Amino acid sequence: MKKTDEKMPSGAETKLTGEERAPEKTAQELASEIGEKDGLKEELFRMCRQNHVAALSAAVILIIILLAVFAPVIAPYKEAEQDLMSRLQGPSMAHLFGTDELGRDVFSRILYGARVSLIVGIFPSIISLVIGIVMGLLAGFIGGWVDYVIMRLADIMLSFPSLLLTMVIMYTLGRFSNSIVCIFIALSLVGWASVSRVVRSQTLSLKETEYVEAARSIGVGSGKIMFRHILPNCIPSLIVLYTLSVPSSILSESTLSFLGIGVQPPAASWGLMVNQSKQFLFTQPWLALAPSLAIMVIVLAFNFLGDGLRDVLDPYMKTQ
Amino acid sequence: MKVILKRFLSIIPVLLGVIVMIFIMLRIVPGDPAAILLGEHVSPDTVERLTKSMNLDQPMGVQLLSYIWNALRGDLGMSYTMKRPVTELILGAFPYTVKLSLMAAVFAWAVGLISGIIAAITQNRIPDRLFMGFSLAGVSVPVFMTSLFLQYMLAFKIRAFSLTSDGSLYSMILPAIALGWNSAGSIARMTRSSLIEVMQADYIDTARAKGLARRAVILGHALKNSMLPVITMMALQLSSMMSGAVITESIFAIPGIGRLATEAIQKRDMPLLQGTVLFTTVIVVVGNLIADLLYSVLDPRIRKEA
Amino acid sequence: MSTENVLEIRGLKSSFFTDKGEVPAVNGVDLVIPRGKIVGLVGESGCGKSMTAKSVMGLLKYPGRIVEGEILLGGKDLTKLSDRELREHCGKDISMIFQEPMTSLNPVLKVGRQVQETLLVHDKNIGKEEAKRQVIDIFKKVGIPEAEKRYSCYPHELSGGLRQRVMIAMAMVCRPALLIADEPTTALDVTIEAQILRLMKDLCRQNNMSVLIITHNLGVVAEICDDIYVMYAGKIMEHAPVFELFDHTRHPYTKGLLASIPRIGDNPEFLHTIPGVVPNMLHLPKGCAFANRCELVQERCRSQMPELVTAAPDHECRCFLALEEEDQNGTGRKGGGDR
Repeated sequence: MKKTDEKMPSGAETKLTGEERAPEKTAQELASEIGEKDGLKEELFRMCRQNHVAALSAAVILIIILLAVFAPVIAPYKEAEQDLMSRLQGPSMAHLFGTDELGRDVFSRILYGARVSLIVGIFPSIISLVIGIVMGLLAGFIGGWVDYVIMRLADIMLSFPSLLLTMVIMYTLGRFSNSIVCIFIALSLVGWASVSRVVRSQTLSLKETEYVEAARSIGVGSGKIMFRHILPNCIPSLIVLYTLSVPSSILSESTLSFLGIGVQPPAASWGLMVNQSKQFLFTQPWLALAPSLAIMVIVLAFNFLGDGLRDVLDPYMKTQ
Repeated sequence: MKVILKRFLSIIPVLLGVIVMIFIMLRIVPGDPAAILLGEHVSPDTVERLTKSMNLDQPMGVQLLSYIWNALRGDLGMSYTMKRPVTELILGAFPYTVKLSLMAAVFAWAVGLISGIIAAITQNRIPDRLFMGFSLAGVSVPVFMTSLFLQYMLAFKIRAFSLTSDGSLYSMILPAIALGWNSAGSIARMTRSSLIEVMQADYIDTARAKGLARRAVILGHALKNSMLPVITMMALQLSSMMSGAVITESIFAIPGIGRLATEAIQKRDMPLLQGTVLFTTVIVVVGNLIADLLYSVLDPRIRKEA
Repeated sequence: MSTENVLEIRGLKSSFFTDKGEVPAVNGVDLVIPRGKIVGLVGESGCGKSMTAKSVMGLLKYPGRIVEGEILLGGKDLTKLSDRELREHCGKDISMIFQEPMTSLNPVLKVGRQVQETLLVHDKNIGKEEAKRQVIDIFKKVGIPEAEKRYSCYPHELSGGLRQRVMIAMAMVCRPALLIADEPTTALDVTIEAQILRLMKDLCRQNNMSVLIITHNLGVVAEICDDIYVMYAGKIMEHAPVFELFDHTRHPYTKGLLASIPRIGDNPEFLHTIPGVVPNMLHLPKGCAFANRCELVQERCRSQMPELVTAAPDHECRCFLALEEEDQNGTGRKGGGDR
């Protein structure tokens, strides 16, 4: 849309058709013009058909979710079931990925660990998305000092190296509750700033459009304009932002757990499992390999999916 | 000049906000810092004396102001566990972190730029898909995994490097690669998308119409323009490098700032944590400022306004 | 005969290959540019005139490419050349200026350097100093005041008119035989437009250079062109020398274009327009592409594409009515005279 406007030649000129003059089309515009008027759903279907990597990633994510939900059914052993007789065993039929130093089945722990990763990946991102949306809408819509304060706050949040900020919040919360709740809260509080920036900039540009002006002129309230007229237009970029913030949350959790300040034993978390297997890295490398690969697969799947979604939904958003 | 000055001034509220935020986040912790500092077997009397000397009996506002005042003078308090001034500890650790991040940055830039450019000029063909898949994988791998993998392959299997770093440049190569890996992926992706966008610009057609060959167009016309957004990216990378340094330093036993931060949180050493986080954040803010100024030097349109 | 012509395009077809199919943006175009003449290529936006120019310069971008046809520059077929070989001609024998002087210059390089680069690319022996001297020289020729000072300006420091003069300087600096100007004045003010057109005309006369000017503006064409091609939906619809075309317009489309130029004194309420829009290039109608908008449409127009016929000496027209109508007008001239 915007691109088309810019290409319109301006100035005095002989009118050719009188009706409307389409600008000189580039290949891309031609291509998009021909098949553009699709809805969100059609776009997603189109992505699945054309971008096989993204479709595959979606399938992988679905499988991981199913494995996590049905972990107690699928897992051959319990999460913390120890068998000191069979410690540090290599992969076998009885223990697909071997056993750790306490004789726990690595495969079962991976399945349970998927729960932690998914919970920590999916939910805090939603909370920070909501906070970010509210902040961004307020900043963009009200403007003035509200905008200034919220945006400086976002600047401050974005200045902190995210891992260190999470560590500080973990330090503070560490006294009150169990570690997974702490991670939950910490990740929720860290991610909103970048969301609010995106929402704000879109709000600012949408605020000036005719249809918002029109809505306002017939007396539609601010709240309604924000949530009925502006927010729906942000949804494509928000979907992309969300899909890409899930893997970064998963990475944060695994990193915190790896450093020993995240999920605490005996709970199973992939990061924690890598941490515990670190000392056996040179003798039993498979111990570290299994959870590492698990992290990589899930993060990669979300990243590929987010990338695919961005191509379809948000061609103008830059890689960040 | 005015723009530069304005940009300089704009970091002041951010820096103040950073200090206040760290202060608030760490001081709402219940528990008596003085008691923690002294350990378990001391008389209440001693605790009280120390509380007074640390200003901990003062109202929060006064404590905050005095913390800011002290921070501005370079005094970040005493470490609980190491019983030494935090500033001294940080300055001792800083050179290691600088060395590590600089090496990581050089690695990330070299690898990221080259693969980004190759991907862009082979857009949608096999090298492009290969590099982009690889870089997305690079972004998706946690730093600790890269570190352990490098340790296993290059230090344990091949024995080309030592497992831990003694601070020498050579021993820093592995941690630097581990740290730069993610950034290399992001830089490659950014370079590619930026270069592809610039290649669509009208002045690229002009350059081609002049008779310039593809290579000359890319090197002489496209690259400089496409680097502008990548430079902004560089500032963002600084922040993630500071995060990554926490991990690599702990795995490769490098006595840098990240290591201090990990120790501080594990031993619940509040002033040390406060100091390290504040210090790294200031570095990130200043790094952002430098990137902005660099941007305006490279882009004549902004330079004129400045 | 062919040495007289700087450029001959024969049966050129260039298409975009999109997900939904082939879009033939240029669909069998024949075009001849004689030495020292200014030729106009006129049409609505999206009719393929820019694509034609870009095909000549090898600037088509994926998914667009030349499908068939010949582009002969002094007898050499440009479509057969490799990119490297084509580049040797671009800027030296043919050069091109673009519509948007705002975006056609590299924003981060000094304009003098950008012009100088053309010289350096095509003449390896020229020294930097000599090149700079020549650039300042050409700057003066295209009417850039304070040429020495402007040499080290960045594009954003110059006005639109000056920038277009820089573009012309860049195109002219190697004294090409042909200058392709794609909507060179569309983005400029009317007063500047006149200056730029005059400049191009003067340069053409002085250097015995040919110009292919691409525009949707018939006023521009009337002012400077010798020869005019009218293009619609990827095909040439009418071709004639300028006075012939304006005086004896044959194609209904060209008539529509001429009628829709607003003139002072016309009642604005009755501004003539051509009804309808350009057809979808992906699903071109079977017959004449203009049939659905033509006031004189007949049954056969919808089923059969008319050929480009010589309706009068030097006058070609792609319309079934071209021959008959002229009879009605009573001029009595009939096709035959081959060019």
